[in-house]
Amino acid sequence: MPEATPALKPKDFVTDQDVRWCPGCGDYSILKQVQTVMPTLGIPREDIVFISGIGCSSRFPYYMETFGMHSIHGRATAIASGLKSARPDLSVWVVTGDGDGLSIGGNHFIHLLRRNFNINLLMFNNQIYGLTKGQYSPTSEEGKVTKSTPMGSVDHPFNPIALALGAEGTFIARTMDRDPAHLKEMIRRSYDHGGTSFLEIYQNCNVFNDGAFFVYTEKDTKKAETLFVEHGKPLLFGAENEKGVRLDGFKPVVADMKDTSNSPDDLWVHDERDRVKAGILSRFFDDPATDGHFPRPFGVFYIEERFRYEDAFNEQIKQAIASNGEGDLDKLLRGRDVWEIH
Amino acid sequence: MKMIMTNFAVAKTRKFMSDNHDVLERVIIKFAGDSGDGMQLTGTQFTNTAALLGNDLSTFPDFPAEIRAPQGTLAGVSGFQLHFGSINIYSPGDACDVLVAMNAAALKVNLRELKHGGLIIVNSEGFDARNLRLAGIDKEDNPLTNGSLDNYQVIKIDITKLTRACLEESPLTTKQVDRAKNMFVLGYLYWMYNRELDNSIKFLGDKFSGKPEILDANIRVLKAGFAYGDTTETATRRFIVNPAPMPPGNYRNIMGNQATAMGLIAASRKAGLPLFYGSYPITPASDILHELSKHKNFGVRTFQAEDEIAAICTIIGASFGGQLGVTASSGPGIALKTEAMGLGVMLEIPMVIINVQRGGPSTGLPTKTEQSDLNQAILGRNGEAPMPVVAANSPADAFEAVFEACRLALEFMTPVIFLSDGFIANGAEPWRFPTTAQLKDIKIKFTTEKNDGERFLPYKRDDKLSRPWAIPGTAGLEHRIGGIEKEHETGNISYEPENHQFMVRLREDKVEKIADHIPPQELDSGPAKGKILLLGWGSTYGAIKTACIQARKEGIEVSHAQLRYIKPFPKNLGELLYNFEKVIIPEMNNGQLLQLLRSRFMIPAIGINKVKGLPFSSGEILEKLKELTSTTKEHA
Repeated sequence: MPEATPALKPKDFVTDQDVRWCPGCGDYSILKQVQTVMPTLGIPREDIVFISGIGCSSRFPYYMETFGMHSIHGRATAIASGLKSARPDLSVWVVTGDGDGLSIGGNHFIHLLRRNFNINLLMFNNQIYGLTKGQYSPTSEEGKVTKSTPMGSVDHPFNPIALALGAEGTFIARTMDRDPAHLKEMIRRSYDHGGTSFLEIYQNCNVFNDGAFFVYTEKDTKKAETLFVEHGKPLLFGAENEKGVRLDGFKPVVADMKDTSNSPDDLWVHDERDRVKAGILSRFFDDPATDGHFPRPFGVFYIEERFRYEDAFNEQIKQAIASNGEGDLDKLLRGRDVWEIH
Repeated sequence: MKMIMTNFAVAKTRKFMSDNHDVLERVIIKFAGDSGDGMQLTGTQFTNTAALLGNDLSTFPDFPAEIRAPQGTLAGVSGFQLHFGSINIYSPGDACDVLVAMNAAALKVNLRELKHGGLIIVNSEGFDARNLRLAGIDKEDNPLTNGSLDNYQVIKIDITKLTRACLEESPLTTKQVDRAKNMFVLGYLYWMYNRELDNSIKFLGDKFSGKPEILDANIRVLKAGFAYGDTTETATRRFIVNPAPMPPGNYRNIMGNQATAMGLIAASRKAGLPLFYGSYPITPASDILHELSKHKNFGVRTFQAEDEIAAICTIIGASFGGQLGVTASSGPGIALKTEAMGLGVMLEIPMVIINVQRGGPSTGLPTKTEQSDLNQAILGRNGEAPMPVVAANSPADAFEAVFEACRLALEFMTPVIFLSDGFIANGAEPWRFPTTAQLKDIKIKFTTEKNDGERFLPYKRDDKLSRPWAIPGTAGLEHRIGGIEKEHETGNISYEPENHQFMVRLREDKVEKIADHIPPQELDSGPAKGKILLLGWGSTYGAIKTACIQARKEGIEVSHAQLRYIKPFPKNLGELLYNFEKVIIPEMNNGQLLQLLRSRFMIPAIGINKVKGLPFSSGEILEKLKELTSTTKEHA
């Protein structure tokens, strides 16, 4: 660590580059919250690296006054894996989108999660391809009419939270661009987790998919349609928390809490460490237009402590040196069977 | 680790001259059998012993792509060719003097490679009805009895039976016993060529330490093979192959992939940077990963990635972080890496991409050799994306060549392609290994200071046109790099037309400028001016060199040069080429270097092209050379 540096401020993380997202884009809010969280982490700017792939979200590193790389489509996760393996001392952040992360980069995404590097992955999900001007993405809903699907998409979408759980993720959370306080808290919690943190951020693309998440983000429907989960607290939602969720075996049931026969004590209490319940919660993914649908959860679905790839990877180097001694190049080149010609 | 020192002076004077010993200058033996017969091991053991005796040598393993191809069939034949001698040996040789055939299929596949009058040693049990059927030979046409081998000397031994008899008392299963039969062959050949068993016994001791029964069985059978030669009269003569006149120094035997791995470790040491090797398994490059993963005590990081793309991307990350990033693959895997290579060109960060070429296109011939990825190396990226290309010309040369590739990458901040091939990767030869002190230093320095007053310009260049390497963790040098076209010096995104053209030229100039920092092209042999130049690159080296020696004996004047640097070419290459009336380029492809040279130097070079998944024999090159020279005479 260098000598004590004066406390950093959010503006210290702003670069001299003009931000070029469309006016009104949800990305601005995410950038602002990341720049707000950064100075609170207590790490010098030079130890932070932002890596992105291709897409609107992937312009992000150019706007962060840290080290950064704007790489190629879908590969930020793989590049970050190499960097973190080589340099465990750095704070590595990946910024990706639903297309970059789940479509072209889907393979590296799942392998990043299972290896559990201490990397923070922010996935801006806007359910559309923005940079290429409006084709459906792997998170777009069935039947989506876009430039490439005039008759509606016939693709069934990914459920990113369930995918991350299936890929052995150790920190899985969801937040939204239009709730800055929650967004900020989730970014901070992503950082605090010691392994790979997957944070899905619902982000509005006001040009190509405006309002995709309004049912969750806008005042008139937000309370009824969202479920903000917190560890140790019962699952409650609605304008006055008048609805709760309880488990009937493995089956979630919505309970009307105004009905006094429903006791708050019977409600499902969120446990971030419960993998099975996280799985059930991840399935709260219904189309909000369908009858009897569950509210969409936000917050930390699941956390698990597991050894980190970079630790084990570098530990083997130490072990090899401990048991065989520091490599002797001359001995290696010489090998075991040598003959001499005079 | 123990070391054997064989004193050459002693070896040289130890000439056996008994009546039944013939002294031979050189011998080519082909060991052939079913993939499960252990022929690779037998060949390797005979090779190592020959090397320790001071013979010069070159080997060529040739095995099926299938792990266990159907037993006894033609597809399942695995071969190992060894050329050793008391003269300098540059290639695994052409027609064989000796063919060891463990079954009918092995004989059928390899007989055409044997010289007329050559020696065939067969395991007679491998010619029973079942083996004949599997080899597609009619029962009535058993080559051991139908007279078709009358022009050869044939030694028939029921190796299976003798091995079983030898291990009658052994607690091993019949299956385990049968697996030792390759040791019988090895022992028998050791007898025939007057070799000691010590080296192989020591090897077996290491291989089967902790398995005393298997060790005992193998040593017993090895000795039985030797004794069989001594006590029976199957062969009337034994042979002596004396040590070869090699330049003084310390030697060891080495395979190409192994030499590549060592070159990488050496470069990492000389540069003072940890080696980060990201790769995905692929034939014939995987052995580099296997070798490197054994040497973690050198600070070697090996990352087995989820795919070829991730493999190269991890090294981009590691290189950004300040390590020596290296990835390796073969043609199809390289195809997958091309976008990331382009990113490397744009980022201008050091990395080495190794292509151990194999037969293509697509999956092609995974275990066979070819040089058909040269165009891919030079051109295979979108946009104007120049990268230096360095090629190894033999297994031992892979060490120095890959070391050079690393040096160029680090000193010039650029991705570099290193070309090897299946023939180099799995072939072996004696290597006069260097000491650490003899290796060039690789000069790298991470930038720690701002380079433009209060600003840091990540793309400000030095006199080599190389940019600063400022790694994360360096206070005050925070910067962003990326694949989008960047503004000169600042590295900021720029779509300016003039800037783009400027940057495209700059990146090309930077690579071409490397020519100022590589040695001039030298001739390997022959006069500097004359009628014919044979120009090769890569693993054709030995075959071309041997063909040249032969041609001179036959009165044809010819010169030979072998390229190591293909991009950029050495500065004097044009001048060198213009000194010859004819430039002939043998290549294991359809003429890829040929096209490059024709377009660059406007010379009417002629190709000799072979694309069979097999290396050239010197005879093939010589024959073509004669054809081309006789045409010259006619036209003269």
